[in-house]
Amino acid sequence: MLQGYLQIAIFVVVLVALVKPVGIYLARVFGNERVFLSPALGPIERGAYRLLRVRPEAEGQDWKQYARSLIVFSLLFWVLLYLILRTQGIQPFNPQGFHSGPWDLSFNTTSSFITNTNWQYYGGETTLTYFAQMAGLAVQNFVSAAVGIAVLAALIRGIVSRSGASLGNFWQDMVRIILYVLLPISVVGALFLVSQGVIQNLSHSTVIHTLTGGTQILGQGPVASQEVIKELGTNGGGFFNVNSSFPFENPSGLTNFFEMLLILVIPAGLTYTYGRMVGSQRQGWTIFAAMFALFIAGVVVVYMAEQHGSVAQHAAGLNTHAFHGSTGGNMEGKDQRYGIANTSLWTAITTVTSCGAVNGAFESLTGIGGTVPFANLGLGEVVFGGVGTGLYSMLLYVILAVFIGGLMVGRTPEYLGKKIGAREIKLVSLGVLFTPLATLLSAGAASATELGKRSLYAGITPTGFSENLYAYLSQANNNGSAWAGYTGFVQPHAPGNVGAYGITFADLLGGFVMVTARYAPILFVLAVAGAMAGKKVSPAGLGTMRTDNPTFAFLLVGIVILVGALTFFPAILLGPVSNGLSGSVFR
Amino acid sequence: MSGGLRKDLRTAAIAILAMTVVLGLLYPLAITGISQVVFPGSANGSKVSVDGKVVGSHLIGQEFEGKAWFHSRPSATGYSGNVTFFGNAGPNSAELREEIREEIAAYLKVNKPYDRSLTRADVPVDAVTQSASGVDPDISEANAEIQAHRVAAVRHLPLAKVEDLISQNTDSRSLGVLGEPGVNVLELNIALDQEAPLK
Repeated sequence: MLQGYLQIAIFVVVLVALVKPVGIYLARVFGNERVFLSPALGPIERGAYRLLRVRPEAEGQDWKQYARSLIVFSLLFWVLLYLILRTQGIQPFNPQGFHSGPWDLSFNTTSSFITNTNWQYYGGETTLTYFAQMAGLAVQNFVSAAVGIAVLAALIRGIVSRSGASLGNFWQDMVRIILYVLLPISVVGALFLVSQGVIQNLSHSTVIHTLTGGTQILGQGPVASQEVIKELGTNGGGFFNVNSSFPFENPSGLTNFFEMLLILVIPAGLTYTYGRMVGSQRQGWTIFAAMFALFIAGVVVVYMAEQHGSVAQHAAGLNTHAFHGSTGGNMEGKDQRYGIANTSLWTAITTVTSCGAVNGAFESLTGIGGTVPFANLGLGEVVFGGVGTGLYSMLLYVILAVFIGGLMVGRTPEYLGKKIGAREIKLVSLGVLFTPLATLLSAGAASATELGKRSLYAGITPTGFSENLYAYLSQANNNGSAWAGYTGFVQPHAPGNVGAYGITFADLLGGFVMVTARYAPILFVLAVAGAMAGKKVSPAGLGTMRTDNPTFAFLLVGIVILVGALTFFPAILLGPVSNGLSGSVFR
Repeated sequence: MSGGLRKDLRTAAIAILAMTVVLGLLYPLAITGISQVVFPGSANGSKVSVDGKVVGSHLIGQEFEGKAWFHSRPSATGYSGNVTFFGNAGPNSAELREEIREEIAAYLKVNKPYDRSLTRADVPVDAVTQSASGVDPDISEANAEIQAHRVAAVRHLPLAKVEDLISQNTDSRSLGVLGEPGVNVLELNIALDQEAPLK
């Protein structure tokens, strides 16, 4: 395990080293300052404003205007993506000749990609044209990521602003985030991935006559350009059904490392951006420390559990100890080139962030190892979390912690000199509780009715319960990873959509959950930003509760665990924990 | 309809079309164009040829049966390269217990006659568990070492020669530290077949 811990340590060191430079860069982008790419991209930025007919410097938006632009934009994009998914038969870049899948599946998939979830009932390589993957899904990988980051930028401006109601301009934020952050990194990253073996072409799948005279068909397509933004934007939707475990998406230990870094670099860097924008790096590092502690705890638990092996393996008499030339551990649903350590690390990374890309099969995780994804999602994707979404959700918890901490010591709750009033706390509570509520109601509805049963693969077992709970936990938190036995799409003649049909209940319920649990919190967050904007700042005194020291980080961790995990504790007990604590095999 | 909403609708309509063109067509097509010129091998699937005939991809595992070949890891998908899915066997699945029992028995049955000291405790985990991708191109070094005895005997090669071929076709950790070493089964079998072709 030492070698595995060494790899994890290297990853952590590189990540922490990137926090400051990335954070500074993002702060300059948010602050509409010049960055090193400005000489090259400045003309394109100004051209974009002319095309959109916006004058950002003259058009600061209050929270309602910002929210309206965001909602209108997302709504129109929803319609466009749905149309793209419904018209596959007439599209270019369709060498396989795929037609569209069923309408209910398209509803789910559209909602999934608009909301940065990338939950996938479909298999990309067997159902979608290259056009739909490129011009439909990958576009959303950029756009939904930029929306999340933009909302965070607006919230920070609200927290900081001392006069006026402006939170910035939505259109300017979108243009700058895509142009200066997401697109340049994607171009460089995609080419790097291709150089390492990730495919990038528009060819028909290739029929191979294998060495021993068999036949094998290799899927092809524009994978690298989608792979890079899928990680960078914490989207997670695989070009291939088995996502980043497929060698054409993730061919080596190096690409695996690079892709893990892409997932975390923006969410981690944003904590530094935050400190810089509020004028105190300690504020940013305090939040980073709270996130980091929760993240590392998950990594260690999942790695130890996976290295131990599973109940079924031990019952079969398999030796799961490591020995010379073998990693040992639970290799079911894992590929050799990543091994136990890197699949475990990826599992923690993709579930603390709202990425959801996987490089191994979650349903085959050990019981205790599998508890970590549940717990991470149960915390509400605030441990680094999705790009932008993670920090804005965490800031709701920060305000909540300030309020609860203030009550405990009998002080008026203040955050960065601004009084936290009844309105802010109401909005924060709604923002914090909406997603858990959506999760439990939908997972409950699905497990209590016959309608949900059709989606199960593992039947009425703890694993089957896990499938169902995780499906709605993942969709409500806009994560997208899955206990993949659970399904809302049946495709008897893959590849292709001939004879395929959706499971309407699962598709529609999941789609509604993803959309509401994305946009309701966004509206609450923008409303909080609006309420904070322009508030008077009182100077910090002896009576002010500090929010930039280890005590506060500890309080924050406590509040996150209390609210997030305890909400789901009983449900998680019934699923993966039952698997982990029971020494027996089931049906 | 208020003026603000009308303006948002117009801006959004232009934005979604422009973004679709730039991010959905220009970007991936430019990456495709550059990749096809600069990295044609990897952009098209790192294909491997024997005597000018493509027999597979360096990155995609394939099925090998019979005693004369190194065997890939078990696959849930029949080594499909275009219809992929996870096996989704749960950690407490009775079915999985039976499958692993059978895999262990089969592994011992085919390899033990060539290495009498082989016991159940020596069976490496990767040899009897399904990979995630279904096309894992690699096996562990321990797995290859065990199979080497059988392959060497069947092909009438010295064991040391086969072990050489194994080390030549092992992808070590990236940069010496990232990931796990894996023996590339297709490349190893190609090298093996060139060294001692089957009659």
